[in-house]
Amino acid sequence: MITLGHYLVVSGMLFALGLAGVIARRNIIIVYMCLEMMLSAANLALVGFSRFHLVNGLPDYTAQSLVFFTITVAAAEVAVGLAIIVALFRSKQSVDVESVTKLQG
Amino acid sequence: MHASIILLLPFFSALLILLGHRQLKGAAVLISVGSSIISFVACLFFLAADDDNKLLLPFLDVGHLHAGIDVLIDKQSRGMMFIVSFIGMLVHLFSLGYMKDDDAKPRFFGSLSLFMFSMTGIVLAGNLIMMFIFWELVGLSSYLLIGHWYQKASAAEACKKAFLTNRIGDFGFMIGILLLFGANGGNVNLDDLASAFSSGPLRPDPSGANAGFTTAAALCIFLGAVGKSAQFPLHVWLPDAMEGPTPVSALIHAATMVAAGVYMLVRVSFLIEASPLAAQIIAGIGCFTALLAALMATQQNDIKRVLAYSTLSQLGYMVMAVGAVAMAAKNGHEPHAAEPGHPAMFHLYTHAFFKAMLFLGSGAVIYACHHEQDIWKMGGLRKHMPVTFWTFLIGTAALMGVPLLSGFWSKEAVLGVALDSGYKVLFIAGAVTAALTAFYMTRLLIVAFFGKPRTDSAHHATEAPMIMILPLAILAVFSVFSGYDILATPLQAMKPPHVEGHQTVFWASLLALLIGSGFAIYLYRGRDKDPISIKLFANKFYFDEIYAVIIRICQDRLAWIVTALERVLVDGLVARLPTAIIARLGAATRMLQGGHLQGYTFLLGGGVIAVVYLVVFVLPRLGH
Amino acid sequence: MPPLLFYLFALITLGFGFLVVTGRNPVTCALALAASFVGLAALFLSLDAYFIGVIQILVYAGAVMVLFLFIIMLLDIKTEEGKKMNLPAILSGVLLAVLLTLQIIAVVGSTELAKKTSQDTPLALVDAPGKIGKAALLPTITNDLKAGTLPDAKLIGFTLFDQYGFHLQVIGLLLLVGTIGVVVLSKRERSAP
Repeated sequence: MITLGHYLVVSGMLFALGLAGVIARRNIIIVYMCLEMMLSAANLALVGFSRFHLVNGLPDYTAQSLVFFTITVAAAEVAVGLAIIVALFRSKQSVDVESVTKLQG
Repeated sequence: MHASIILLLPFFSALLILLGHRQLKGAAVLISVGSSIISFVACLFFLAADDDNKLLLPFLDVGHLHAGIDVLIDKQSRGMMFIVSFIGMLVHLFSLGYMKDDDAKPRFFGSLSLFMFSMTGIVLAGNLIMMFIFWELVGLSSYLLIGHWYQKASAAEACKKAFLTNRIGDFGFMIGILLLFGANGGNVNLDDLASAFSSGPLRPDPSGANAGFTTAAALCIFLGAVGKSAQFPLHVWLPDAMEGPTPVSALIHAATMVAAGVYMLVRVSFLIEASPLAAQIIAGIGCFTALLAALMATQQNDIKRVLAYSTLSQLGYMVMAVGAVAMAAKNGHEPHAAEPGHPAMFHLYTHAFFKAMLFLGSGAVIYACHHEQDIWKMGGLRKHMPVTFWTFLIGTAALMGVPLLSGFWSKEAVLGVALDSGYKVLFIAGAVTAALTAFYMTRLLIVAFFGKPRTDSAHHATEAPMIMILPLAILAVFSVFSGYDILATPLQAMKPPHVEGHQTVFWASLLALLIGSGFAIYLYRGRDKDPISIKLFANKFYFDEIYAVIIRICQDRLAWIVTALERVLVDGLVARLPTAIIARLGAATRMLQGGHLQGYTFLLGGGVIAVVYLVVFVLPRLGH
Repeated sequence: MPPLLFYLFALITLGFGFLVVTGRNPVTCALALAASFVGLAALFLSLDAYFIGVIQILVYAGAVMVLFLFIIMLLDIKTEEGKKMNLPAILSGVLLAVLLTLQIIAVVGSTELAKKTSQDTPLALVDAPGKIGKAALLPTITNDLKAGTLPDAKLIGFTLFDQYGFHLQVIGLLLLVGTIGVVVLSKRERSAP
């Protein structure tokens, strides 16, 4: 039988995959995709908790409202982030994160 | 009020000139001379100030240590302040003429103002820490002024020598201050120390329990005076200091700074009186220096060096008087308590005038002879420079102790207290020194001013300009009359009461004068070169050479060991090792701050994992 | 939902997710991400979150993926990676991922909450109108519930506008700021005269 645990583990693995991608990949666009994956993994956990924590016999819609907000913010973030990537590419001619080391001490 | 003006005026003058002497140029001279004149006027008002001891500026308040700029106003500081500001002003005026063609005039006057500031600080100091600070400052300004012509190798060497020799003395002074500091619970205020010694915890124990400590403190403090007042064995710097411009020699190395040691000893006379052994040592060293320097002076050919050794000798007199007064106080003679007179301070006062005048006079001679300092290349200056000659003659007479001139009174007072001290040897040595003084001063006068000119420069010498003559004339007046009550009382010279019945002293000094000058006239009259030659005296008893050998043997070895220790301990263990560790740590942490996005993400993820691990798996097990 | 379907969709989600992380070509990665999100949407559906599942596809697989692909095309990014493997980064990434997964499994395994199944928490649709308070006043919600279907979009909408009205406006403002920000960022810098 499928339990909450199953969903949470899938969510956690998706998150871990995203984290590994952010750390290992050097293409900044793919790093961004991995970030999206991590956000979605969090959404999955939220929806799972929503379903298995009933309020008045219905799923907890507060959690789903939060997911709605997260998706909105993620969309805005992608838009701004991609704009930044475009600006970066214009000045560096590269999407390699290694080329962005201006903050190096 | 007056005290702060006197103290701050030269300070701001020095600050202004030393910071902006490139921009100020000629204005620097005006600022410096102006401030010295205003200080002098303020000092005239200051003579009427009340006895006081007040804090001007608190500045060290750490635990038990309370030291600040506080001002002790009494007869001694008022009198000394007059000497300093008066001679300071005259020297400033004289320098206007003497340094007219010097390129670095602003620097010279700036250093002069710095010196005036520091010397004022010593005179007014109400506690030993403040005195020490200004003590170091006069050392610095003396260094700057001796090395004014630093392009000349000998001047550079001389200022270094003066500075280093003074270091030894200052080190002792500091230890002395720290001893008193520890013994008196952190209070080094002069008034409080005096009362601690007269009625407080530091009162000399009849059983002699704390005698050792008192003697050590007194001798350490005395070491400071040995350095600054150039007493044996640290006397070697003063003759070399004559490399500085002559007005500097007059102000610093004759009248004021070198007298600071004596001034300070009189300030702490409560300490010296508390320790008979220290008083004996001080009197002995003073007496020995007086005799030694007088012997060296008889064979010098440089006009300024003769005066320098004479200064040494007279300083020895004063130091001897300080010790003798303390010993006389033990013997029941109480000249100090009944009347605030002190033969050392009185001799300091008269000596300041005539010795400053002699130096300024020698400056005028050197200026006239185109910077020729060898007396055997002068001669016959009497006709060319009449005013200088007459003032020089008066100064010489005062120094020799010709009756009715100022030097006679003060020298008699010093010899009188030497006789009272109970040690005949002090008195005899003092008298012999007086005879030698008469001898070498007469020699100097005859060789330089009488006879025929021996070189062209002496032949073409002309009288110095008015600005240089004026200070000479003023000082000549003081050299004659300053010993009388009419001047000594308002100027608060601490003249000791004239002791009746010291027939011995009177006749002895008169005899010494006659023998010394008579012998000199007999030997040097009409001579073109020195008829006697005593290598030992001419080479200053080989002190410089002996010190060089001592330094080579001891100090170099010691330095080698210290260097080795430093390389291993300080450099290696204390400095290199921690720096290496820190550098490694820094390199490691710098890698964390590499500016690499992924590195940061990795750390973030690691942090998250660590926090989750701690919160979920570790804390519950700990019972939280 | 049968367990088989769950495993299938989980596999789709994670498998395509893995492809995103390992893919050489950015276009491949973007498409894999879209597929992964479709799998995720199916998982949402399996959790009775139909509305979220739909907007997951609409917003992510639709809009965001198009944006990514558009940028990739615009910048004309070739398969530039892989010339040199960044071995330490890869190793540390894998290490963290493994650690995190193990940790989550351990956490999940240690709580009773995670053992709940959908049988333990059955939806009680018909009884709901009596308990949901103000939401029951809307006939469209009560009618759906009485008919035995979950009006989840309507309930989310009700929750949003009833409880989170202010937050919704803040999100709206955020989107506006984001829009302006993007415009400012993508404006070409005028070269100095």
